[in-house]
Amino acid sequence: MRAVPLAYSLRNLWTRRLTTVLTAGGMALVVFVFAAVLMLDQGLKDTLVATGAVDNAVLIRRGSGTEIQSGIERAQIGIVEAQPQVALGAGGTALASREVVVLIGLAKRGAPDSVANVVVRGVGAVGLSLRPQLRITEGREFRPGSDEIIVAHNIRRRFEGADLGQTLSFGGRSWRIVGLFDAGGSGFDSEVWGDADQFMQAFRRNGYSALVVKLNDPEAFDAFLLGIESDPRLTVEAKREPVFYADQSQAMSTFLTVLGLALSIIFSVGAVIGAMITMYAAVAARVGEIGTLRALGFRAGGVLLAFLLESLLLSLVGAAVGLAAASLLQTYTVSTMNFQSFSELAFGFRLTTAIVLKTLAFSLVMGLAGGLLPALRAARMNIVEALRAA
Amino acid sequence: MSEAPAVRLVEVHKAYRRGAQRVPVLAGITFDIAAGEFLALMGPSGSGKSTLLNLIAGIDQADSGDVIVAGENLARLPERLLADWRATHVGFIFQFYNLMPVLTAYENVQLPLLLTDLPRRERRAHVEHALSLVGLADRMSHYPNELSGGQQQRVAIARALITDPPLIVADEPTGDLDRESAADVLHMMQALNRELGKTIIMVTHDQRAADHAHSIMRLDKGVLWSNPDDAAAVQPAGQG
Repeated sequence: MRAVPLAYSLRNLWTRRLTTVLTAGGMALVVFVFAAVLMLDQGLKDTLVATGAVDNAVLIRRGSGTEIQSGIERAQIGIVEAQPQVALGAGGTALASREVVVLIGLAKRGAPDSVANVVVRGVGAVGLSLRPQLRITEGREFRPGSDEIIVAHNIRRRFEGADLGQTLSFGGRSWRIVGLFDAGGSGFDSEVWGDADQFMQAFRRNGYSALVVKLNDPEAFDAFLLGIESDPRLTVEAKREPVFYADQSQAMSTFLTVLGLALSIIFSVGAVIGAMITMYAAVAARVGEIGTLRALGFRAGGVLLAFLLESLLLSLVGAAVGLAAASLLQTYTVSTMNFQSFSELAFGFRLTTAIVLKTLAFSLVMGLAGGLLPALRAARMNIVEALRAA
Repeated sequence: MSEAPAVRLVEVHKAYRRGAQRVPVLAGITFDIAAGEFLALMGPSGSGKSTLLNLIAGIDQADSGDVIVAGENLARLPERLLADWRATHVGFIFQFYNLMPVLTAYENVQLPLLLTDLPRRERRAHVEHALSLVGLADRMSHYPNELSGGQQQRVAIARALITDPPLIVADEPTGDLDRESAADVLHMMQALNRELGKTIIMVTHDQRAADHAHSIMRLDKGVLWSNPDDAAAVQPAGQG
């Protein structure tokens, strides 16, 4: 089957520029929503996955689900740290950070009545060195055993009284901010860090929330896990750090995806109807041309393809515009509540090749759905009647 | 042994439905058109001449009877093969030129060649030759709306002959043209017939246009008849 030249479809779109722009604009809007949702989901995943290092393992109380709800007794901490797969630091001490994770309420900057939950993480002596993505950008690290804390840039930007040199009040004490840090777009970028033992006293905790250990070999995780699970004295569960934080985003990721896709599908019905109306009008305006093409020897399939191609080109224009607009969102950071940790989490929109391809496919499906019926009408047209309409 | 006719119609019937009513258009037409003929088909509106032309061109099918063109019985060809047959055997000239407004003269003439396996370079040579034959070599990149009616019809003629089909059908080719342009187009068709040996069937209302043909056939109420006053009247074969 020979196709009608591509120039015929392209120039017809150009000839009716206004209709093309309006229809493609409707599609672009849907594509924008679709891509934005995927980008948001990707940003969330990237943020939480970036929070972990592959050779770190996180342990929390079995069944607790999150660090906030977890509690590990000191006796169990010692057993885990003694596992042969745990890397040792200078002096033969285990590279492990005993951590306390609690939520505090902080007033948002510019809206003192609006309070949001913020994660406060107390870490052990090697807590910072186990997270190489975290670097102090202003000030210095907190001193162990002191009431000093460091806060992430995101926290300083979004909350009152979180600047370098200021003090935050929580756990019945005042904590002086001695440093600001950047955690490379990870989940730690929404946290306040200090000394674990000081936080335990302040929050009257008997146990730690979590234990983070560095493995001497990333491949040793399975053996480490086996050792943990087979020890009857332990009531903890272990996950690789990236997996642990990815799991923390699961509920939110599902919510974003379902909500976003539902919105996209509802909007896409409108866009498909718009494309259909445009293409029906295009067919009606070119009945004579269709008759002529068929008389010259182009088969019904060739005519069908030409009109379908026109609709697909329309959707590609929509996809390009929608994706271009969505890509601008990458400069924007969203701050929202993570349902699983009940804490404020900041993350950005991330555009990836996979999202571009998914969005293109989504847009093409809209074009196909909008163009198929009009194209079928064109292809099934009686040649004599079509020529009579010329 | 005499040469096989370019077109042979045997007992061709055709009717259209108008609501519940069946309106007969062609009533048992039987006649031959010799290869290399230039035939004018005349008759009042609704006489069935365009229907007859459409049957011969393979864009419509008879209810009964045989339409044999270039040795092929069109009544037996499925639409898919009929499309291929049209692409190689028939050139069309329409009253309103029927050019694609978004394609240039060159691209319009090239359209039928896109249905062949000719490489781009050869297609180009063919199109340039066809456009120079109709005197429009310098208008190749013009769009139809940049050409006069006469020039558009000449582009349509170039498109009709680009695949070198043995048969050219023309439905009121001068109906939308001024007298001068009409004369140009008719002389061009005469040249195609005379110099390239094309069989031409032209439907027209215009006696002056018909006078350019070798022969004239008249159709009225679905039946062929000949006017003895026509210079070159054709005697139809036995009517049904």
